[in-house]
Amino acid sequence: MKVERTEIESRQSWREEIVYQRPKALSTTRTHYCPGCTHGIIHRLIAEVIDELGIMEQTIGVFPVGCAVFGYDYFNFDASEAAHGRAPAVATGIKRIYPDKMVFTYQGDGDLAAIGTTEIVHAAARGENITTIFVNNAIYGMTGGQMAPTTLPGQRTTSTWQGRDVAIAGHPVKVSEMLATQDGAVYIARTAVNSPANVNRAKGAIKKAFKVQQAKLGFALVEVLSACPVGWGLAPKEALVWITEHMIPSYPLGEFKATDEVKAIVG
Amino acid sequence: MESKVLMKGNEAIGEGAIRAGCQAYFGYPITPQTELLEYMSHWMIELGRVFVQAESEIAAINMCYGAAAAGARVMTSSSSPGISLKQEGISYMAGAELPCVIVNVVRGGPGLGNIAPAQGDYFQATKGGGHGDYRLLVLAPASVQEAMDLTSLAFDLADKYRNPVMLLADGLIGQVMEPVHLHDWTPQFVAKPWALTGAAGREKNVIKSIYLQPEKMEPHVQHLQRKYAQMRSDEVRYAEMMVADADIVLVAYGTASRVCQTALKLARSEGLRVGLFRPISLFPFPIQQISDLAKSAKMFLVAELSSGQMVEDVRLAAAGKVPVHLVSRLGGMQLTPEEVLVAIKELGGNEGGAN
Repeated sequence: MKVERTEIESRQSWREEIVYQRPKALSTTRTHYCPGCTHGIIHRLIAEVIDELGIMEQTIGVFPVGCAVFGYDYFNFDASEAAHGRAPAVATGIKRIYPDKMVFTYQGDGDLAAIGTTEIVHAAARGENITTIFVNNAIYGMTGGQMAPTTLPGQRTTSTWQGRDVAIAGHPVKVSEMLATQDGAVYIARTAVNSPANVNRAKGAIKKAFKVQQAKLGFALVEVLSACPVGWGLAPKEALVWITEHMIPSYPLGEFKATDEVKAIVG
Repeated sequence: MESKVLMKGNEAIGEGAIRAGCQAYFGYPITPQTELLEYMSHWMIELGRVFVQAESEIAAINMCYGAAAAGARVMTSSSSPGISLKQEGISYMAGAELPCVIVNVVRGGPGLGNIAPAQGDYFQATKGGGHGDYRLLVLAPASVQEAMDLTSLAFDLADKYRNPVMLLADGLIGQVMEPVHLHDWTPQFVAKPWALTGAAGREKNVIKSIYLQPEKMEPHVQHLQRKYAQMRSDEVRYAEMMVADADIVLVAYGTASRVCQTALKLARSEGLRVGLFRPISLFPFPIQQISDLAKSAKMFLVAELSSGQMVEDVRLAAAGKVPVHLVSRLGGMQLTPEEVLVAIKELGGNEGGAN
């Protein structure tokens, strides 16, 4: 053991530049997420952006009911729990008191696109100067894999055993497309974390959304297509392929809204 | 400087909030409290404070949750059906120990009911209302003046106990116009080191009501119960009229107590020994005071604008020492002093309560 350590140290001696480490904004608490779940990647992207913008001490996060319910344990900044779907209202209350703080919500598809539809639509309509990270994994993960508002037609869940039949269970909610129609929303983008390239693009979108808030331009939302291998009944690698083959065709990636002000300031 | 002006109850509540340093108001229109929303929409913005007309009562209470979490003095208001919608948020605020003032200008129910004054929300207000093991501090004004004064007090109490406080008014208190002294309230601000302000130079703060492990949830709920015990010991408020020699003690709060005041005068003018006990704090309920009155009075007559809700608390406090009777109207219908007087006489008020 001693010899090995010396070898590692000797190798480190010429490698002075640290190229990868835990972001300061990310806590050391071990997450409760399932193997292959991509919440962890999204958490890390947010933490990296907060580090890069140097705003950890000005950030207040609002976490949902759902898989990310313990999100506040995984970051090193002030945070609040919100009742199911109410995070945009809670964030509104915080932001109106502290207009200069960075206030964001982190919400899943059940939280945001089912029970919290009213709150997210009106936060966007008001042009509430908050940022929302919307994690879309097309399923209710926390409760064990039931149909979500974003579940794809034909997708099997524990409450759509034969696959989602749109004649019975209706159609998926297209959140980014819907919110892009609101005048108060200035930046709406859909990203995915199914490949290194897409992870980088997701980080760019999250950073842009935070900068939009810094510039006080209005409401910004980044939708992130995320894997739920356990809920989908797939191996982690297969789940990433499933995002590519099934989710992205239904939920196309890209910017759905970026006002001229957003383009000008963020660049 | 104090001055006297004519105000609607709903406006007086708004003024009481503003004078208590309310920093943020979030509301949604519903009769008979809408003038309060309108009053705040004008003055909060005029004063550079926060006003948001929310998309629903649910959103309004959750905006309160956020602003309270950020350390601000916050208020929301509604009427019965809207207060039902707020219960989720109220439970979360009680669990997360967030101070907030919630005004319920009660109307007739259940369901959509009507917009007339009523007292059918007593159970909801005093026994928890939402899910879980919690209480609100509940104050019931009986005049426009008291509506303003108790609203200001409610902000101090909310901060003191880190707990939501409910002002339980009704459609009459909200709508009636009366002269009020505009008080100069000196808010009792408290430090809020727990608030979300950005974790600069300190450990992060987290506002939450979840304790997944029962071993951690039990001490949290026990801590809440200790606060309620403290309220029971320190925050009992009430008023009395001519109870010292009374054979029959009327017990009523809010609008019903005003009817009883007139009934008491009518009864006294006929030589009947009648008194009035008016709880001002409905939680904590004046248990000891009613228990003491049960030693001198021959019976209680509870007057309520409901099928009888507070009467259960009076019976618990009287503990079987004397009979507890009820006179009431329902569904937004109002009691008259004459109806109360008839009840007094039927109970033997003519014979000094010997029945």
